[in-house]
Formats: sequence, structure tokens, C-alpha cells
Amino acid sequence: MPGKLKAKIVAGRHLPVMDRASDLTDAFVEVKFGNTTFKTDVYPKSLNPQWNSEWFKFEVDDEDLQDEPLQITVLDHDTYSANDAIGKVYIDIDPLLCSEAATVISGWLPIYDTIHGIRGEINVLVKVDLFNDLNRFRQSSCGVKFFCTTSIPRCYRAIMVHGFVEELVVNEDPEYQWIDRIRTPRASNEARQRLIFLMSGELQRKIGLKVLEMGGNAVVGYLQCFDLEGESGLVVRAIGTACTLEKISSTLPATATHPSNSSPSKDMKEPGFGEEAPGVPLSSGPPTPLRAQTFSSFSPSKSYSRQSSSSDTELSLTPKTVGIFLFPSTPALESESSPLPSAHLPHHLWPGMASRSTTPPPLRLSQSDTAILRKSVSFSEELLLAASGMGSGGSAGKEGGPLKALLRQQTQSALEQRGVSSSSEAFVRTGEYPFFTLAAFPPGFLLHVGGVVSARSVKLLDRIHNPALGNTRSYKLLDWNSFTADEPETRDAWWEEIRQEIKSHAKALGCHAVVGYSESTSICEEVCILSASGTAAILSSRFMQDGPLDTEHRLSRQPLCVFSTGSERVEGDMGSSASLGFEEVVSPGCGFCHIPYDELNIPFPAQLTYCYCCRRYKVPDVLFTTIDLPTEANVTGKGCLIQARLCRTKKKAQGEGNATVISNLLPFLEYELHTQLMNKLKLRGMNALFGLRIQISVGETMLLGLASATGVYLTALPSPGGIQIAGKTPSDITYEQHISNMQKKINDTIAKNKELYEINPPEVVEEIIGSPIPEPRQRSRLFRSQSESSDEVSELDLSHGKKDAFVLEIDDTDAVEDIHALLTDSPTPAGFYSCNTEIMPGIQNWTSAIQMFTSVRVFRLNANLTNQGLNKIFSDLCENLLKSLYFKLRSMVPCCLCHLNFTVAIPEDELIQVAVTAVAMSFDKEQLLENGKQSGEKTLIKAITENDEQLQFNLELNAETSAPNPLSSPKGLSEVGSHPSARASSMEKASPLPEGRSRSLRSNRSYSGSSVAVVKMTPLSFIPGAKIIKYLGIINMFFIRETTSLREEGGVSGFLHTFIAEVFAMVRAHVAALGGNAVVSYSMKECVFMENPNKNQAQCLINVSGDAVMFVRESELESTSVQTQSATTHTSNGAEGT
Amino acid sequence: MSVELDVFVGNTTIMDKEVYQLWLNGYTVNDAVKVRIEGGVMEECEASAEVLLSDTMDQYRTFQMCERLLHHPAKLANQLLFQIPPDRQAMLIERYYAFDDSFVREVLGKKLSKGTKKDLDDVSTKTGITLKSCRRQFDNFKRVFKVVEELKGPLVENIRQHFLLPDQLARDYAAIVFFANNRFETGKKKLHYLTFQDFAFCAGQLINNWTLGAVDNIMEDMDVDLDKEFLQELKDLKILITDKDLLDQHKSLVCTALRGKTNVFNEMEANFKNLSRGLVNIAAKLINAKDVRDFFIDLVEKFIEPCRSDKWTSIDVNLYLTHYTNSVHILDTFKHHAVWTRYMGVIKSCILRMYHD
Repeated sequence: MPGKLKAKIVAGRHLPVMDRASDLTDAFVEVKFGNTTFKTDVYPKSLNPQWNSEWFKFEVDDEDLQDEPLQITVLDHDTYSANDAIGKVYIDIDPLLCSEAATVISGWLPIYDTIHGIRGEINVLVKVDLFNDLNRFRQSSCGVKFFCTTSIPRCYRAIMVHGFVEELVVNEDPEYQWIDRIRTPRASNEARQRLIFLMSGELQRKIGLKVLEMGGNAVVGYLQCFDLEGESGLVVRAIGTACTLEKISSTLPATATHPSNSSPSKDMKEPGFGEEAPGVPLSSGPPTPLRAQTFSSFSPSKSYSRQSSSSDTELSLTPKTVGIFLFPSTPALESESSPLPSAHLPHHLWPGMASRSTTPPPLRLSQSDTAILRKSVSFSEELLLAASGMGSGGSAGKEGGPLKALLRQQTQSALEQRGVSSSSEAFVRTGEYPFFTLAAFPPGFLLHVGGVVSARSVKLLDRIHNPALGNTRSYKLLDWNSFTADEPETRDAWWEEIRQEIKSHAKALGCHAVVGYSESTSICEEVCILSASGTAAILSSRFMQDGPLDTEHRLSRQPLCVFSTGSERVEGDMGSSASLGFEEVVSPGCGFCHIPYDELNIPFPAQLTYCYCCRRYKVPDVLFTTIDLPTEANVTGKGCLIQARLCRTKKKAQGEGNATVISNLLPFLEYELHTQLMNKLKLRGMNALFGLRIQISVGETMLLGLASATGVYLTALPSPGGIQIAGKTPSDITYEQHISNMQKKINDTIAKNKELYEINPPEVVEEIIGSPIPEPRQRSRLFRSQSESSDEVSELDLSHGKKDAFVLEIDDTDAVEDIHALLTDSPTPAGFYSCNTEIMPGIQNWTSAIQMFTSVRVFRLNANLTNQGLNKIFSDLCENLLKSLYFKLRSMVPCCLCHLNFTVAIPEDELIQVAVTAVAMSFDKEQLLENGKQSGEKTLIKAITENDEQLQFNLELNAETSAPNPLSSPKGLSEVGSHPSARASSMEKASPLPEGRSRSLRSNRSYSGSSVAVVKMTPLSFIPGAKIIKYLGIINMFFIRETTSLREEGGVSGFLHTFIAEVFAMVRAHVAALGGNAVVSYSMKECVFMENPNKNQAQCLINVSGDAVMFVRESELESTSVQTQSATTHTSNGAEGT
Repeated sequence: MSVELDVFVGNTTIMDKEVYQLWLNGYTVNDAVKVRIEGGVMEECEASAEVLLSDTMDQYRTFQMCERLLHHPAKLANQLLFQIPPDRQAMLIERYYAFDDSFVREVLGKKLSKGTKKDLDDVSTKTGITLKSCRRQFDNFKRVFKVVEELKGPLVENIRQHFLLPDQLARDYAAIVFFANNRFETGKKKLHYLTFQDFAFCAGQLINNWTLGAVDNIMEDMDVDLDKEFLQELKDLKILITDKDLLDQHKSLVCTALRGKTNVFNEMEANFKNLSRGLVNIAAKLINAKDVRDFFIDLVEKFIEPCRSDKWTSIDVNLYLTHYTNSVHILDTFKHHAVWTRYMGVIKSCILRMYHD
């Protein structure tokens, strides 16, 4: 009985009138958790009842605490007939289970009904008393923190990044169960809402278990998605990056050595619970006596216990987990602990466990069983390596058309798989999938970026009728007594294929990791496209634990690295430690651009040149990535949103035929999107894309492709050539004229864009350095006024002989269309900038004015449109939507729309739905000089990098001196084990501060205080001008709204407008109840809208998520920040010195 | 090919003041778009008519959703659906409850009933204000009336608290409620020259001096009704005209004081008895509800019109009324000084306010 949940119903307000006769309501409340229900008294005849109930107490397992939401139902008492439900409130109590998050939920929460929407509010108080649970067979993972944020959360320091975690749970969709044919739609929607709450809870718990198993205590970049597969069920899946995080105590800069390191638990909850944070004690604890004490008193090594519990049936249901972590990712001692002496700490505390810990992890018998049973539902698996990120498609086009290029890429990648360098292999062993859902990294983490890797697969959804298959699963969820007909293994296997594909693509690019990784699906009837994409990269090994095998390398034995975000104190020199464990010295501003692959064996056509920053390493001519722009990157000018939009008709088909048609279309779609992106990038005079997100949506008669990214000019990469138009048959004069006109237009646009985005690459520098610049783009010279600085051909440059400007041939209609598409993109109005990444390159001085918004449009198409017509409509739709946004937000100018996230869907035949969520942030026009100054500093820093060896040595010394670790040495921990903690302690003192960027982003302008109730929302991970002091827990909410009186509610727009506003309101209320004043990393992950105007009905599902936080205005911290600011600048410079 | 659905929802609700005003004025979406285009917002922001239409529709929808909250402004502050900064909330409320003077002149003093509402289309044609706007304004009057009718305590304060209105607007509503409650006649042709602000001023005077709340702060009573006891006592003033001696004495005192100070002295002297009779008779009749309704008509007919026909300036009127009021206190047989002061104070300021073209 490890937990007691307590709830108190205080009052209600603004209740609806339920009794027409008296115009009043006799309200009472049912409080339900699991199978226990309590009721309040009826408060007669009031719309503002004061129940002031006793504390309702639920004594439950912590497993249930994680899975189940607290359900509060407000009803109207009726003496003669059944009580009418007014509405419900679901409260996710997960934030209360983590010592560092919220301690109480208290506040006014909207009462929600699927038909009537918000109907008044209820004031509740919810608390949880958790007892320390010593049973390590338990299935709960309380205390694991979840973050949607795709970077290390602001007030935490990552002690270790463990790697990829994934899980999915499957259930039948109540909507499609036979019982729901006789249930009212309302009951069925209620059931759906509840089910998804339960499934999310279960999923989160299971992910948490995996994290504990890996030795982590948090999931960062948690991405949970729903697949509404219709008849075949409901899939809730999630991916994330397991980390070990440590809270930075902002009041005590000297956390590292201060004994009160474990303070989070103290100031927030019952002492001791905080120590449940698994893995922390071993890996992170500074070797102070107190720390050791707390550890030994009540903190079992979670990874240890997990290991043993994996023999439990429950875990073997998801057998992959076991498989993945055969090389456990914690400081490694736990799993391989058999040779360790019995003095090993956990053993010491729980002798009974010793034998267990030494048993090897159980084999995956269950999986092989199910594998046989698993019906092969996948029909056509067209896995594509598409848009691998580099190489101008133009040259490919010249050589022989899109498919050829693609195929070549594919075959080459296949070859490459075999030729992976050994260094990356060592890394890969750490987990089955070296994927990271993070999109931003601490300085020094990201060494090289290879390019975008993506994989897609078309599957046929099929219901599996054999209920025996589901036997191994827990059915707790299904209290309407139904078996899950589907089993998760099928879906697991699908994703596994895709991930394997991604992994091999990454290898082909010479990379051992994939960052900025995400997965998505698009479902139409029974066809499902699974997509995954990420950015192949090489990461610094010091942030990872390499597993026990990598002993030959001295440096790799220090798997731990401490980096902190938002840390107040940093010593500048620590930044340079990024080069630890890596042979080459990489400069921060350009290092990540250097190619990770073998230049003699490039997996795709690309033009390599020497880096325009350091002149030492090769860089590609164009770089595509899915991650955020690294903070330390050298950028010229500003960035902008670049979108490629494509619409392709397809024939209506059923089943397998349909899947074939789709898989045949996909490569063309991807190729064209890629070409469009490339054209638009060049048109803006830029050479790199960040935050690339390609979405492919499938409908009955068409496929939609939307690629969004933020274009920037990376200083390290060569300046992009112009775009040249060539006609194949230049026979008559009018045709020539036409071409030259277009050419002129394009050139003008490029020039205009360069001015607009302030792209003036420092060409002078090139000459001074006089480094070998490869064969110049001959044709581009025609368009660029400045001649190339040096024409000498470098012998080292083996990559190509015929590079040049991007050539578009317009003798076919497609190309004409392309060019039109290029030129029809209207420029953003004055004062506006836009990007789809976290930050806008080139803009630093944000004010505190932010406005998050969601906009949804549905467009009805005429029948019988050509591809061309469709394209134009789709493109116009997106353009007009953007224009509308600019107009709406004109009062915020100068401003930037950040994190512009477009989602397209085809809800019905001939309907296109586009949803956008973004945040508009104002900035000050002044201080634009800062950018230039920074790049100046950066060049200076390059010189410093020579000193790295020395600094590294210092660091070593540092580590040794602090090595007297009372924990490790006497207890006989292996060398591997002792190093981490020593490293941790030494680095904590001086961890680099990746937040330097965000800090400089924030303005110190004073902010007039607004009322307390205001809750800010933003899709970004930070709030300008403010400092996040506490993460209160993840917000993950799912709502369904339906109506049978569509016209009366203002038609579809009125209906959806109200619903979205209600969703915002509920998110804000729950955040406020947790004690927060903002939601960061907010996203609307699902917005499924269905209508039936003839029946006057509509229905919509919305799923939103984010991190509830508490922030304080930086102006309120003014006194301390002056000091910090200077320290920060110092630090960030230092960090760049790596 | 059409936009089927188009919504924009901000975490902080975005509201354009200009569009709000157009909405309040009862413009249709298309008319509003036209007005906006003429206003030049398009050139300013590089927008197209399409964008403008979408924005206007969106805003209109937002306002419609807000409207039910605006009916109970106190709710706007603690509702959760829209996150609106406090200054914005105040703006929304103030503008929603603002009204057109030309409209209020049409319904001032009328019963706020369904019947009156039915006639609003006539009012709309007459004033050129859209029917939609007329209805909103009428409903506002009615809503405020219904709420404060039952409330105790000072009228203006009640309105301000319940509807979160700024002081001046609360006073205007108090006047409207007061007029509606006492059904003062304001629509007669002779009163057409008076503006709403004239009446509102007078209402303020009456509320502050002639209601029960004006004399003692007993919370049980209300500001909307005139002090019955006072009205009763007003009958005692009749002695000023019925007692011949008193009347003559009064006249001579006033005339002595005025002589040489004005160009219309002769007319004053000649008209004294008529004017005095008029004012005192108004006082004496106020006990009848029907005569209360005619209060302003009577003032105009019995005092303002005669003076105006004799070409008195407002300075003359002021001078006359001052001496007329003060001289009574010198009359030794007159006992009702308090009632006289209370009565004449209001009459004087009302007349002075109403004495214009």
C-alpha cells in the first residue's frame, strides 16, 4: 500500500442551471479513483455550491497512482429520475508523485462535458502521501520526471544521457466496439477520453520503468502520440530520451560540494522520497558524507532492482526492453556486477537480491513466441532513404532524374552499412537505438552532423481476431470486459523496422547517433504510413556511457559528463572539455558542420569544400537537419521559415492495391519536396536547414506533403550559388526572352532576400586566410557580382569536377511549375520574421511579450483537379494562413513567429486541414550589432582551442583530487563506477552553461506585473525575460467534444473556436492548480475534426501536451542577474572554445 | 473551392478595438470589412481583402463568445475561457455598455418592456443606428435596471460594482434607471431640444437630493424612488402663492435685489407671480406619480419658455433664481425653510442646465 491519495472538494461556481423550474442546481460530486468512489453531500439550490467536503482518502498502489487519473464527476441530484451529469474533471496526479514537481493540486478547474463543453468550475485540493516502497518487484516508476522539452530542462543539469526509450500500448477504440453502437455517443466519448487517460498513464509508467532500468531518473523530449486506427484499435505510443538529471539549486551556486544537494526532496516533500530518484546516488552524488548517508539509508539502486524484476512476466511482455539493455546503460556496474565483491552497496542492503542481480537478464522467450503468432500485416514496405540531407539535387537531376538519384543513395547507403567505423560501433552498443529525441544540446555534445535520415513505411492495418494473442497483456484498462484484440508486438515490429532503417541510414552517413528524432503516422482507412526522421550525428562520447567494453580508451572510461542548464556559475575553461575523448580539436562554431563520413566514399552526390571557418575540415555545400540550430553555431544574418508544399492526386483504391499506389507515389513526393526545399533555400541565399519536418498525409484521393524548416546561412558552409534557368531547346527568341526574364526575376529575388535576411558573408576573410577553396561555381559567378576569391584547384578536393549553380531546366511543365512556386512565395511583411525552430538566428533581444496561438483551417477542394491545380491551392492555403497570422499579430511588430508548427491532414475526401501552433515574440530593434560582435569573438576563440590539451589536463587533475570518494572506494566499486562520481563532482563545480544563449536572449526590461491568474503558454522551452525556477510536471491532456447542434453553435468554425479556447482554458487551469504560471514546450499533437453538416453534427478530438513550470521575471532577479550575466558571457565564450 | 473552417485562437485573446466597435455598432461582417478597407488597414499591413475577411469573422466570433460574459461583467474577471488582460477587460466592458446619446434620448423614461423593444426598429430608422446595436443598448439598460432595482444602497455605486463601469458611465446608467423607474416624460416635442446629458445631470440632482438615500444613509432604502415624505412636505410650499401677503413680500424682496442688475428687470417684475406660481405648483403636485412624469415638461412650460420668450440670458435666470430662493428665508411667516432649500436647490440647477437652445 504505498500511497494514499487525498482529495477534498471545496466548492463550485458558475454551474449551469439544471433545474428549469427553479433556475438552480442541486449539485453533488463523485470522486473516483480506481474502483473506489466517494460522494459529497448534495448542496441544494445553488449555482455556486460550497461543499467543503472532508478529505476523501484512497489507499492505492503507486502503480495505480501512475496509471489512473482522479475522476471528479459533478452531478445534479434528482429525486425521481437518474441524476444528471453536469461534467467531469480528470486530474493527472503524476506530478504529485515526483518529489521535485508539484506538491499539491489546488485551484479552480473547469468542469468539462463532451457535449456542452465547460460548465462551471470546481475547486479541489488533491494531495498524495507516498510511502517508501522497498518492494522492487513493483511495476511502478514513480519519481521519474517527464519533460516534453527537447533540450535539457532549464533548471536541471544532465548528469548522463542514457538514450532512447520507447513504448506503445494498444487497445480497442470504444468508438468501434459493438457495445457503443447501443451506447450514446456521449457515453462512448466519455469512455474514450477516460481510456486514453488511462493508456497515457500506463504508457508513461512503462517508459518510466525502462528509464529506471537504464539508471536514469527522467525522460526528456517525451513525445506521445495517438494512432486512431479505427476498427483495428487505438495505439498510444511514446518515445523519449532517458537522462539522469539533477536539479540545480539556484540559491546555492556551490551545489556541487554542498551537502544540501539532495535538498529538492527536502523542501518539497517528505524527506526520503526524493531519494527514490533512481540511479542518482551512484552516478551523481557528490562524495560528501551526508550524501552517502542518505543513499545508504533508503535508496535502492533502481537500475539494480529493475534488472532483477525483468524476469517478471509483466516486463517480458515488452521483451525488447530487455534486449536493448543487455549492455545496461548505467555506470555499468549494476548489470555486470556479478564479479563485484559482495560489499557492493545494494547487495549490502538487500542481501536477498544479490543472487538475482547476478543472474543474467532473462532471455526473450516471449517475444519469439509472439513473433510466430504475429500476423504479418505489413504489405508493402517501401523504406526510403530520402532527402539524405546534402548534395544539391540539381546535379542529380542533370545526371538522370529523381529516381536514379534516390536509388543511388539507397544502394550506397546499403554498402555503407558494412563500412562503419569502429569508433561508432563502440558507441552503438550502448543501446539498440542510439536515438535522441532531443533537438538542442549542451555545447560540446554535438560533434558532427551528417544530415537528415528518414524512413517511411506503408502498412495495412488489420484487425487481429484471435483474443489469445492478447493474453499476456494486462487488462486493467478494459473494464467493459473486452479483450484487446490487437497486440502491441505488431506495431512494435513495424516501428522496429523503421528504426533499424534509420539506424542504418545514419551509419551510411558515418554517424553513430540520430538526434532530433521523431516518429509519426498518417492513417487513412486501413492504410497507415509510418514515418521516422532524425539527423545523423556524431556525439561527444563523454556525455554518454560507453558500456563496459570500451576499456581500451582511457577517456572513454569517464562516461559521465555534467553539463548544466541555467547554472549560475561556470568556469569558462570547462567548456573546452568538450574535446575530451575526441582526437580532433573541433571549433564550436563550425565543428558540427564538418562531415562525419568518409569523403572518398560519400553516400550521395555532394560537393565538399573546406570549412569556411576553420579551413581545416571538409564541409558539405548544403546541410539539412531536424535539430535546432546549435547555440554556438556561426551564423550570418537571420533565418527564415522555408516550406515545401506538395499535393499529388492518387487513384481511389482498396487494401493492398491502395498501399501499392501509395508506396509508389512516396518516392516522387519526397524527391519533389526535397527539390522544392533546395530551390527555396537557394532563393533565399542560404545554405542550411534546421528543424526540418516533413509530413506526409494520406487521403483517399490524394497525398499531401509538407516540409517545414528554418533556413539559415551557416558561415562555415560555402555561399550557395544562384539558380540558373536553362532551356533545352533555345530555338526561338521569345523563348529566350522568357527565360532571361525569369532569370532576372530570380536574381532579383535572391538579392532582395540577402538584404532582407542580412546575409553578407565575410568574403574578405577568405582572402586573408587564403585557404584552398575548391573549384568555384562557374555559373554562379555570372550572377554574383563579387568574383570568387581564389581559383586555384586544391588537390585535396577530390569530390567533383562539375559543381556549379543550381540549374533548373524549364522545358518541361514541372519545372515551370517549380519556378512559379518559387516566385509566388510572398515575402513576410516588414517587421516580421518566422522560423520553426526554438530560436531565430540573429535575434537575441526578446521582450517579454509573447502570444501563443493555434489556427486551424479546412479547405474544400473541387473535384477533378490536376496535380498542378492542387499544388497551387495547397500552397496558397499555407501562404494565406501565414498572411493571416502576420495580420493578426501586427500589433506585436517587430516580432518573430517562432516554432511555427504546421500540421496537415486530409480529414475527408476533398478536404485539406491545416493546423498551426506557434508563438509570436516581440523583440527590440536595437542591439542588432550583437551578432557581429559575437562572431568576432568566436574567431578569437579559435586560437584558444590550441590550449585544449592543457585544459584537459587540468581537468584530469581536478578529477583526481576530488576522487577520495567515500562511497566508491571503500565499498569496492569498480573503477568504472568510481570515475563517474568523481567526474561528476569535479565537473559540477564548473559545468559549462549551455543556457548562455537563452540568457542573452532575454531582455532585462522591467515588466509591469500582471495578475496572478495569468498562465503563459509557449511551444518553446523558455520564456523570454524570465527564469524557470521549477518544473511542476508534464501536462498531457486529451479531450473530445461533440455537438448535435452545429449551426446553433456558430457552425464548424464556432464549434472549433470554442473547443480550442476551452482546451487552452483547461490547460491553464491545471497548470495554475499545480502552482505554475506557464506551460513551455506546448504542442497540440492531435486535432481530428469530423463533421456531418447534414445531420448538424460535428466532433473533434484534441490532444495537447507541455511542461507546467513556474517562472520568475528576470527583472525580479535583477540583483543577482547582473553578476550572473557577466559570468554567463564569460562561460558561453569558454564553451565555444571547445 | 472554399474555406470551410477558419479559426484563430490565441492564449491571450486578441481583440481589435476597431473591429470591436464595428461589431458593437451592429455592422455585418461584410460591411465591417468594407469599413476596414476604407480605413486603410490593408495598405498598412500588406494584407488582402481575404485576410481582412478572415480576421473580421474571427473577431466577430470571439466577441459573440464573449458576449454572454459581458452580460455579467463580474464574471469576465474570473472566467477561465478567455485570457484577457485586465485593461482589455475594462475596455470591453466599457465599450459594450456605452450607448448612443441619440438612441437613449428615444427610450429615456420609457418602460423597459417588450413593447418598447418591439418599437426599436422605428428608433433604428429614426436614429440611423443599426437595429442590432439598438437592441444591445436596450438590453443593457434593461439588464442594469433589473439588477439594481432590487438592490439597496446608493444607485451609482451599485451599478459601478455590479457592472464594473467607469464612474461617468455608471452615473449615466443611474440616470437611465432613474428615469425608467419614474417614467419621466422626455419625448414631448417641447423637450426635444434637451440632450441626454441634460437629463442625466438633472437625474443626478434628483438622485442626490430628492431620494431617501440622499438624506439619510439607511441602507434599506433605495435611490431609485423619490422620498415620499419630502414630496408630501412640498405641498406646504403652496403657502408662498396662496398667501397674498407672502407672495407680494417675496416679490418685492426679489425685485429690490434685482433692480439695476439686469436688462430684463421689467419682464422679471411683470412675470414674477406667474413664474413663482409655476414653480410652487410643480412642487405641490409632485406627490402624484403622474405629475412626477411631467416634471420636465412642467419646468419647460412653466418657467423656461416664459423666460426664453422674454429673452432672459442664463445669467439672468441664475440671478433671478438665486434671489428668488434666498429671499424666501427673509420672509418671517414662512416656516418650511429646509424643504424650500431642498426643493429649490435641485430646481435651480436643473433649470440652469436646461436653459439653452
